[in-house]
Amino acid sequence: MRPHATTDRSPTARALLLALVLSALASLGVLVAPAGTAHAAATACVADPTTGCVTGTLRTAGGQPAVGVEITVDGPGGSTTATSGADGRWSAAATEAGEYSVTVDESTLPEGETLRDPANNPRTVTVTLGTSAGALFPFGQPTGGGAAAPTPAPGDDSADAGQGAEPGVDTAPVDSAGGAGGVTWGRVAQQALAGLVFGSLLALASIGLSLIFGTTGLSNFAHGEQVTLGGILAYVGVQTLGLPLLVAGALAVLLAGVSGWLQDKFLWHPLRRRRVGMTQQLIVTIGLAIALQYTYQFFFGASSLRITTANPESIRFGPVFITQQSLTSVIIAAVVLAGVAYFLVATRTGRATRAVSDNPALAAASGISVERIIRLVWTFGAALAGLGGVLMGLYLNATSWNMGGTLLLLMFAAVTLGGLGTAFGALVGSLVIGLVVEMSNLVIPSDMRYAGALVILILILLFRPQGILGRAERIG
Amino acid sequence: MDWTRILTNVAGEIIAPTTAAYALAAIGLNVHFGLTGLLNFGQAGFMLLGAYGFAISTIAGYPIWVALLIAIACAVIFALILGIPTLKLRGDYLAIVTIAAAEIVRIVGRSTAMTGLTGASSGLRGNSYKESFQALSPFPDGTTDVGPLSYSNNASNSWWIRIVGWALVALACLLVWRLMNSPWGRVLKGIREDEDAVRSLGKNVYAYKMQSLVLGGVIGAVAGIVYVLPRAVQPDSMGRPMTFFVWTILLLGGAATVFGPVLGSMIFWAALMLIKTVMRSAVPPDIMRTEQIEQFGWIVVGVTLMLLVIFRPQGMLGDKKELAINVR
Repeated sequence: MRPHATTDRSPTARALLLALVLSALASLGVLVAPAGTAHAAATACVADPTTGCVTGTLRTAGGQPAVGVEITVDGPGGSTTATSGADGRWSAAATEAGEYSVTVDESTLPEGETLRDPANNPRTVTVTLGTSAGALFPFGQPTGGGAAAPTPAPGDDSADAGQGAEPGVDTAPVDSAGGAGGVTWGRVAQQALAGLVFGSLLALASIGLSLIFGTTGLSNFAHGEQVTLGGILAYVGVQTLGLPLLVAGALAVLLAGVSGWLQDKFLWHPLRRRRVGMTQQLIVTIGLAIALQYTYQFFFGASSLRITTANPESIRFGPVFITQQSLTSVIIAAVVLAGVAYFLVATRTGRATRAVSDNPALAAASGISVERIIRLVWTFGAALAGLGGVLMGLYLNATSWNMGGTLLLLMFAAVTLGGLGTAFGALVGSLVIGLVVEMSNLVIPSDMRYAGALVILILILLFRPQGILGRAERIG
Repeated sequence: MDWTRILTNVAGEIIAPTTAAYALAAIGLNVHFGLTGLLNFGQAGFMLLGAYGFAISTIAGYPIWVALLIAIACAVIFALILGIPTLKLRGDYLAIVTIAAAEIVRIVGRSTAMTGLTGASSGLRGNSYKESFQALSPFPDGTTDVGPLSYSNNASNSWWIRIVGWALVALACLLVWRLMNSPWGRVLKGIREDEDAVRSLGKNVYAYKMQSLVLGGVIGAVAGIVYVLPRAVQPDSMGRPMTFFVWTILLLGGAATVFGPVLGSMIFWAALMLIKTVMRSAVPPDIMRTEQIEQFGWIVVGVTLMLLVIFRPQGMLGDKKELAINVR
């Protein structure tokens, strides 16, 4: 065991560099943003053995239902015209299976709205009798088909047990034809920047996960629910209490931190004192995750919750777009990450935290109060996750009960990639995972992009289980 | 409160095909966790693959036995892919990899790019693959009443699927019982307790773990088929929550026991049904809406899992000395 002061040197330097790069990027503002929404939806057309449906929900870039848009569905069963209703939903029946072309009449779009991906109009939909096929037309700035804004869709009626659609997984499939838009430099730049935004928000959420693992050895499967908590508290603050976003966000982060403190005080500390084993604790976190997810659903329902309903303004930087909101989010993320890096590197408590993370027994022997550090890690880890949740909720355009659960595996991928238990590893890993998720859009359908990150997770474990920044040691 | 109806519902739930499917899945997980100490958090992935393998090959026109073999082959390949990188690593790595792999299966299956094969997120309709299974039924068409329970003989949620499902559960129990008392099973238990000791006896720990992963996964795939036969293949209904419920069932009944998973599944679903039906008639809708009662049931499941693991990790039937839940 090398003394921790020297083991820190190289990750520290790398992390500081990263923090610098991040802030530089943020100030340059070469970033991307989500715009527009799309929803898979239930319908007026009811699918039965002799009828298939083509359905969709149209929403303006601001998320309001787009009313009165005419859609023509043309195919083997003849031609049908549908008009979107007051909730933006439309549906058309087809009595024969086959390929149908779905066209939005752009002249009927609401004032000032454009299709985000005009190349996808008309689009082809395969209709099977007895099922509904979705055809989504996201509105917003034309992005060349690149930046599919990850937008949560409302609860999927067809799934049972209250399973909703998942934020980030159910994206507007503007480029779902397998990246048919072609890989251009503009798209690459757009996706790379989207990846950096997503990665830096993911980093906020992952640091706690990594440090909790480092200091206690616990793989916390309920960490995603801390992220959701942040998003939902911000939603309550803005939408229910009518607070300004900044106040609501700060309050959400504070309360998330308090929840971490309470959790460690009343759950994990007693469990550690009882000497409940790590595997048992891991399963306890799963029970906690289930209980929390359904508690959120109990109070807030399974649909997506929009923290702000204002139409985000886009700013153009050369070939790429970013919304005001995402730009602010990423600046906040960069500042906070730099702060965390400073705390871990330059303060006594931060050094003690890394010492505990490195080797709790040795740290205790050198006079560090391990339990106090763990309490601190829980509190700050949960607060950072809460902040990640608030910003992620803004970035994804909405939050929902399973936002954190969906992100959890990406966080695990990030911390495993960076090296479990190292704070800076979580940062590096998150950025890589963010880039992979967004860049994989270029070659695989956007609704499979989370799968790409998970494949990487498995590959890392195959070839470098200690991660990028982890120390090589026998694992297992 | 109508207790006859409530108790009928609960009794129906005890023998429901879903209960049998979860019992089978838990038996598979028991081979992984109870016998070998492998932390498999991707059991739903095995189930979903089994369901896809069976449904897709039946839709493609293969007879039921071929479809079954394809489902099993899917599970075997999946287990090998999972096992090769992770079985040499620490337990929690296997947990993360299996849960990630199961998610990959689900995300790919529900992707719009796969609509032609898997039906994307709306899934595959039950009627498109049930035919060959229902054709095997020896019963005449119609419905049969047994006491207050009334189901059709063959169609969808039938007596036929119940009989086959529980017969498979019985078969799997028999298999696990024999294996537990075989030299092979003793090596597995040895691995669970102390891997290095078994290795020092000259056993190939890696190979044994792999065999266990494959066997439990195959049982999981069969469970997936039983699960989807009365309904449709819905990738989103077979995600992480399903894996976690299988874990709850296993730990409730007692890991490393023969009947623990079966008892656990029966109690899990019966208790859930009891909570839901009692609350539906007892709690006025302005206090808790119907879907909130549903969610309340799942909150109880989560809390139960936490309390169970902390206070009674051996479950109802387990022996605390037998099972050291902490794997390395």
